[in-house]
Amino acid sequence: MTAIAQSAILRSLRTPKGTIAGAWLAALVFMAVFAPLLTSYQYDVQNLKGAFAPPSSHHWLGTDEFGRDLLTRIMYGARTSLSVSAIAIGISVLAGMILGASAGFFGGRFDRAVMVVVDLTWSFPEILVALILVAIIGPGVTGVMVAIGVAYLAQFTRLTRAQIMAIKSETYIEASRSLGASDSYIVFRHLIPNALAPVLVSAMLATGDAIILEATLGFFGLGAQPPTPSWGGMMSSGTAQLFKAPWIILFPGLAVAITVIAINLYGDALIRALDIRERLRQS
Amino acid sequence: MLLEVENLDVGIGSVRPLSQITFGVDRGQILGLVGESGSGKSLTALAVMGLLPLIGGRITGGAVRFAGTDLVRLPERQLRALRGRRIAFITQNPMTALDPVQKIGAQVDIVSRLHLKLSASAARARTVDLLTQLRIPEAAVICDAYPHQLSGGMKQRIVIAMALAGEPDLIVADEPTTALDVTVQAQIIHILATLVREKGLALILITHDMGVVAQVCSSVAVLYAGRLAEARPVFEIFATPAHPYTTALIDCIPRAAMAPGSLTGIPGAVPGVARYPAGCRFHPRCARAIDRCKTEVPQPHPYGQGMVACHLAGGGDV
Amino acid sequence: MSDLVTVRQLSKRFDTPGGWLSKPRSMMAVRDVSLSIPMGGVLGVVGESGCGKSTLARLVLRLLEPTGGNVAFDGVDLTALPKAKLRALRRRMGMVFQDPYSSLDPRFTVADVLTEPFSVQGAALPAGRIATLLDQVGLSRTTAESYPHQLSGGQRQRVGIARALAMHPDFIVLDEPTASLDVSIQAQIIALLQGLQRDLGLTYLFISHDLGLVRYFCSSIVVMYLGSVVEDLPDPQAAPRHPYTAALMASNFTPDPRHRKTIAPLSGEIPSAFNLPRGCAFAARCPHATDRCRTEKPGLTNDNGHRFACFHPL
Repeated sequence: MTAIAQSAILRSLRTPKGTIAGAWLAALVFMAVFAPLLTSYQYDVQNLKGAFAPPSSHHWLGTDEFGRDLLTRIMYGARTSLSVSAIAIGISVLAGMILGASAGFFGGRFDRAVMVVVDLTWSFPEILVALILVAIIGPGVTGVMVAIGVAYLAQFTRLTRAQIMAIKSETYIEASRSLGASDSYIVFRHLIPNALAPVLVSAMLATGDAIILEATLGFFGLGAQPPTPSWGGMMSSGTAQLFKAPWIILFPGLAVAITVIAINLYGDALIRALDIRERLRQS
Repeated sequence: MLLEVENLDVGIGSVRPLSQITFGVDRGQILGLVGESGSGKSLTALAVMGLLPLIGGRITGGAVRFAGTDLVRLPERQLRALRGRRIAFITQNPMTALDPVQKIGAQVDIVSRLHLKLSASAARARTVDLLTQLRIPEAAVICDAYPHQLSGGMKQRIVIAMALAGEPDLIVADEPTTALDVTVQAQIIHILATLVREKGLALILITHDMGVVAQVCSSVAVLYAGRLAEARPVFEIFATPAHPYTTALIDCIPRAAMAPGSLTGIPGAVPGVARYPAGCRFHPRCARAIDRCKTEVPQPHPYGQGMVACHLAGGGDV
Repeated sequence: MSDLVTVRQLSKRFDTPGGWLSKPRSMMAVRDVSLSIPMGGVLGVVGESGCGKSTLARLVLRLLEPTGGNVAFDGVDLTALPKAKLRALRRRMGMVFQDPYSSLDPRFTVADVLTEPFSVQGAALPAGRIATLLDQVGLSRTTAESYPHQLSGGQRQRVGIARALAMHPDFIVLDEPTASLDVSIQAQIIALLQGLQRDLGLTYLFISHDLGLVRYFCSSIVVMYLGSVVEDLPDPQAAPRHPYTAALMASNFTPDPRHRKTIAPLSGEIPSAFNLPRGCAFAARCPHATDRCRTEKPGLTNDNGHRFACFHPL
C-alpha cells in the first residue's frame, strides 16, 4: 500500500501544479516548524514606538499595532492554523472511518442509526456547527479543534461508508471469503486499505476548508487567544487599521488564501495521480 | 459494391491504430468483420460511419466509398444526412444505447420523423409495424414503456428497429449480441439475416465469434492488431484459411467432437497499439513464422476470391 | 468411484423486504436441485441468465446459506458444519471467478494474493510455494511482484487459478472463468485447466453459458433453467431430451458454414424469476408445449442416469 501511495505522491509532484503547490506547502510546514530559528524577533514582544511600520528591510512584512514583526507572527501563526486544522481533521477522519466502516459493513439497523445522527450534522453548514460547539465549550484552541472535528465528521463517515459499501460487493472480497477469511480480516486487510485513498484526499482538501474555518473562528475572537498568533486573529485586529496599515490584514489574509489554494491544487494533482492508476486498471 | 473500403488508415493522436484496411460489402450480403479485442473492429466501424472525431481520431488515408461517393471527402453536414438514413449503426451494448428517460416509442419515432419527414401519427404507425416485424409482442403497449422495463434482448430489438426506421441501405452492427444470452443471440442473428435477405440490405456484422460468422455471413474480413489478415467469401475461408491467424481462430472454438486436449489457444496476446511488432504483427504468436515475417510487413494480395496479407500464402487458386 | 460432492434438494430463496410503496417479494433462485460430482469428474452446469447457476456455485461452497436441502463434501454435511470446521475444510476447496478485473485486490501484489490463503488459514507459507504455483499456471516468476493492473485479463485469471490451487485442494468451482476473455486466451486457459485437472487429480464444477465449451471440457452436464435442473446428461455427447437443451444446442453455432443450424423462432423471453409461471417454466417458449405443460410442473424422469424434466421429451 505504501508503494502505491509513494508513487502517487511522486507522480503528482511531476505536474507543474503539483510542484508549485507542493513546494509552498513544504515551505509552510518548514516555516512553522523552524520558526524560532528563522526569525530573531519574538511574536509577543511589543515595541509600541515601532508600531504600524510599513514593510521595510528590518521588517519584511511590516509591524502590527503593537509593533510586533508581522512576518514572525505569520510564521508562528502558521503553527496554529496548521496544527489546529490538521489535528482536528485527523481526529475527524479517524472517527469518521471507524463509524463509516462499521455502518457500511454491518448495514441494517446499526447503519440506519448512525446515518440518522450523521445526517443531522450534515444538514447544518460547518460554520454553524462550529459556532454552536465553541459557544458550549468556550473559546480557545481546544474548543476550535473539537468544533472543527465534529463539523467535518459527517463528511468522512459518509465517504467511508459509501466506499465500503461499494468495495464490499467486489469479487475479491468474495474470493477472500472462499478462502475462509473472517469478517475482521476482510475489513482490515481489504476494505479499509481500498477505501483509504479517496478518504485521505478528501481529508486533505478538508484541511484547506478547516484552515478557513479556523481563521473565521479566530476572526470572531473564538480561536486561539492572544498573545498566541493566529491568522484569523491577526486579520481581526487588522480590520481597524484597514486604511492606516493595510498590511496588517493583507498579509495574514494572503497567507490563508495561498495556503488553501495550494492545498486544493495539490489535492487536485494527487487525485489525478491516483485516477490514472484507476484508469490503467480498467484498460 | 455498395460499400468499398480501400486502404483505410486511421490515426488517434500520434498513433496509427489501423493501416491499409480493405474490404467491401454489397446489397443482400453480410460481411463478418472478425478479430479479438484490440484488433480494430470497432474503430473500423466508427471510421465507416465518420464518427472517429467522437473519440479524437481521424481518417489519415484511404477511401470509404458508399454508392460511389467517397465518405472521407464529405463534409460533416452531408455525412449527417447519410447517418441514420442510408447508413445505420447498431451499437454494442443495448443496455446503454437507449435513453433511459424517454419512452421507447418516442425514440424510434424520431428516426422516421427526422429522416423520412413523416408526421407524428405516421411515424408511430411505422414504429409499431417495425416492432411487430422484429417479433416484439404487444408493440403498441411497448411504445409506452421505458427502457429499464425491457430485457436485454428486447432492447436490442428496439435498437435494431431504430436502425431500420430510416430505411437504410447499409447497417453497421458492432457486436450486437455479445451482451445477450445465447438463445436470444440466436434469435437476433436470425432476425438480422432475414432482414438482409428480404429487404436487400447490406450488413457489416462485427463480432469475435467465428460460429456466428459461419452461420450467417457471406464474406469474412479478419483483422489482427489494426491490419487486415484475410478477406474472403465465407465457404472459402473456412475450407482453406490462408492466414495462420484465421486458422488459429477457428481452432480456438471448442467443439463437441474434438479430441480432448486439442484446444490449445494462441500463445501470447494481442499487442496494444504502442507495441506493434515490426514486420508482420502476428509473427510473435505464429507457429509458421519465417525470418521474412519479422522484418517485412506483408501486403494484402489477391488470393482465391479475396485477399490475404501473409508471406506464406501463395496465389491460392481456389 | 465415490462422489466427492453430493447436492440434495438444494434451494435458495431471496427475499426483498417491502418498502413504503412496495410489497415484500421473494424469488427462488435455486429450486430443489440435486446432483453429484464423482471424484476426478468435471461437471458442467449450463444455463442462461437467471437460471441460478452462479447461485448454485456459491451454495455448493456455502458462500451463501441454502434455504433448503444440503450439500455434502466427501461425506461431510457442509450445511450443518460449525464455522471453524468449515474454514478448515475450505483448504480442500477452491473457487475461480468470472471477472479477472475485480477478483484480485488492486492493492495486493501477485505474491500477496498467493500468500492470502495461508494467512487466512493461519498456516505458514512453505518456501518456494509461490514460485511453484506460478510455474503451474504458466506465469513467469517475476510476475510475483506485479500489481493486477500491470497484468492482462488472461494473466489475472491465471493468478486467480493459482490462488485456488494454493492449499492443494481436491475440488475447484469455476464460475464462468473464461467468459470475459478473448477466444484465443479462453482456449489457453481451458487447456491449462485440463492439464491441471489431469496432473493434480482435481474435481471441477464448471459453470458456463457456452454449451459447446462444456461439451468439449466436461465429463457430465447439468442444464438449468430458472433455478431448476431441466436435464442431467451423464454423457456430454448424448442427444438432448429436453426442448430447452435442444434450443441451447441449436443456438451454439458451429464454425463451419456447411453446417448451418436452422433456428426455430423461440417465442417470448425468459420470464422473470419473481413471477414464475405455474407448470413448466419453459412452457411459454416451448414449441412442443401442451396444456398439461402449462398447468403441471414436470418432475425429473430418470433414464439410466440421464435425467430430464419434460412431459414430451425429444
